[in-house]
Amino acid sequence: MTDTPNKKSLARRQFLFDSARMACGVGMLGLGLGLYAKQSKALPALALRPPGALPEADFLGACIRCGLCVRDCPYNILELAKPEAPVATGTPYFTARQIPCEMCDDIPCIKACPTQALDHQLTDINKAKMGLAVLIDHETCLNFLGLRCDVCYRVCPAIDKAITLDLQPNPRTGRHAMFLPTVHSEFCTGCGKCEKSCVLEEAAIRILPSKLAKGELGHHYRVGWDEQKKAGHSLIDETKMIDLPDRLPEGSSLPGHYDPASGHTTTARGLPGSEAGAIPSLPPGLGGKP
Amino acid sequence: MSQIAQKPRIGSEAIKAKGWWRAQRWLILRRLSQFSILALFLLGPLAGIWLVKGNLNYSLTLGTLPLSDPYVALQSLLTGHVPEKLGLIGVFIVLVFYALVGGRVYCSWVCPVNLVTDAAGWLRDRLGIKGSVHLGRQTRYWILAMTLVGSALSGVVLWELINPVSMLHRGLIFGLGTAWTVVMAVFLFDLFVMSRGWCGRLCPVGAFYGLLGHFSPLRVTAKQRQACNDCMDCFEVCPEPQVIRPALKGEGKGIGPVILAPSCTNCGRCIDVCAKEVFRFGLRFDNPPSTAGKAESKVE
Repeated sequence: MTDTPNKKSLARRQFLFDSARMACGVGMLGLGLGLYAKQSKALPALALRPPGALPEADFLGACIRCGLCVRDCPYNILELAKPEAPVATGTPYFTARQIPCEMCDDIPCIKACPTQALDHQLTDINKAKMGLAVLIDHETCLNFLGLRCDVCYRVCPAIDKAITLDLQPNPRTGRHAMFLPTVHSEFCTGCGKCEKSCVLEEAAIRILPSKLAKGELGHHYRVGWDEQKKAGHSLIDETKMIDLPDRLPEGSSLPGHYDPASGHTTTARGLPGSEAGAIPSLPPGLGGKP
Repeated sequence: MSQIAQKPRIGSEAIKAKGWWRAQRWLILRRLSQFSILALFLLGPLAGIWLVKGNLNYSLTLGTLPLSDPYVALQSLLTGHVPEKLGLIGVFIVLVFYALVGGRVYCSWVCPVNLVTDAAGWLRDRLGIKGSVHLGRQTRYWILAMTLVGSALSGVVLWELINPVSMLHRGLIFGLGTAWTVVMAVFLFDLFVMSRGWCGRLCPVGAFYGLLGHFSPLRVTAKQRQACNDCMDCFEVCPEPQVIRPALKGEGKGIGPVILAPSCTNCGRCIDVCAKEVFRFGLRFDNPPSTAGKAESKVE
């Protein structure tokens, strides 16, 4: 009668002990795996996901590593990460400098995906955001040296939208223009054609994850001139604006400059493209309605 | 070494009694199944004949039949992501299939790591390597639980980060890279550290499929158990020998002859090596009604 409860309690002790042993051992394995999982979310900057890929943290949960996107890519740009790659094992990626995305109209990689890892809502490849081209080195880019390379601009599938050539005077020669390739994030899909075709040993233009490439305004931040345009008028009472007098060398004048001390405005040269119109420095509200 | 020479090989008695084919039949069919599945996957990348695309995690056959690994899908689900329609259909087909034929049929008839661990087991036997680190067979269920909880917590399909099964299969089809080191590690682990260590104690994929086939109708049964001559060949050859004892030796305790333990892989090797033809494939309902209430073993 007495040894049955005793046996029971011994068995219970054994069970608890075994469970604790397992929980601790496997828990340690889990901890290691968890830390590895955290590391794996840090996708290297030059590894790009296929179009429509969810943000990396979500992608690693949604992607089941089947490789159907790799198979259905007609240009074979994608590969599944091998264990030694610094990309989560088995997930698809491409490296723009080796082979860029051809931006197929029908986006077969997304169609092939059996999960939402590649967003099936994305049907217009021009809206893809695989990353963002950044002209990362202004010292070696041939156009910045004053030459006319223009290759990144010419190969861009969204030429004159995603990459434009921005004309600047060349201060070195004093008489030429520099055609600076300028990326516009609104239109850049991150396909990587520019990076692939950059003629330098190391590309001066590279596709970076948007997270790395873009700044972000404070969410409370409002750009005054945009708000003014939206509202159709100035957002402040401009009659109460105080403009402090500018101190200029005697006898000199700035074209278009309003001097509250004298109440006079110097005649301006019209500056093309200026939103302020003919009189750039006239304070808002004093020169008529915006 | 002399001991090895004297000891008759496992199954040699069966070859004498039943002939070469019937003493190896299930093993050969199983290898055929493993290699043909691999060949089907390899036909695309090697020969450009795309009957099957993908890998064991998810595949599309002839552009119409989707098959998904429910364990990977479950981990993905726990991170908060639901597969697309084809992915879900694939999960459903696979669930139904293994629920019927036995979950661990995946392990013995499909999984490429089985070739590796069987090779390690065979070599261990041939080299006469004795001694093995002890680790409970329930460890795999703990690892399974850990990967599921871990996936939910980390938001990453956790086991896929290191899963040797998918690394090997994917590696063979999409490029191996250094995945061979992981496979080699599993081989050496089974050979030197722990007998039947990987598949029998650690692998959560096998654990998952075992649970999936918990109530599968297709089972091995020791129908002619009274003919057993205690040669122990079945125990020697079985990757999960603990599943045999209750069915084979449980007559006195009123336990039925059907091997009901979910960790039985339905590999059929015991059927092969038994000279007395004790075992055969059957249904779980083959147990006589008198033994129906008897649970033969806990989940192991």
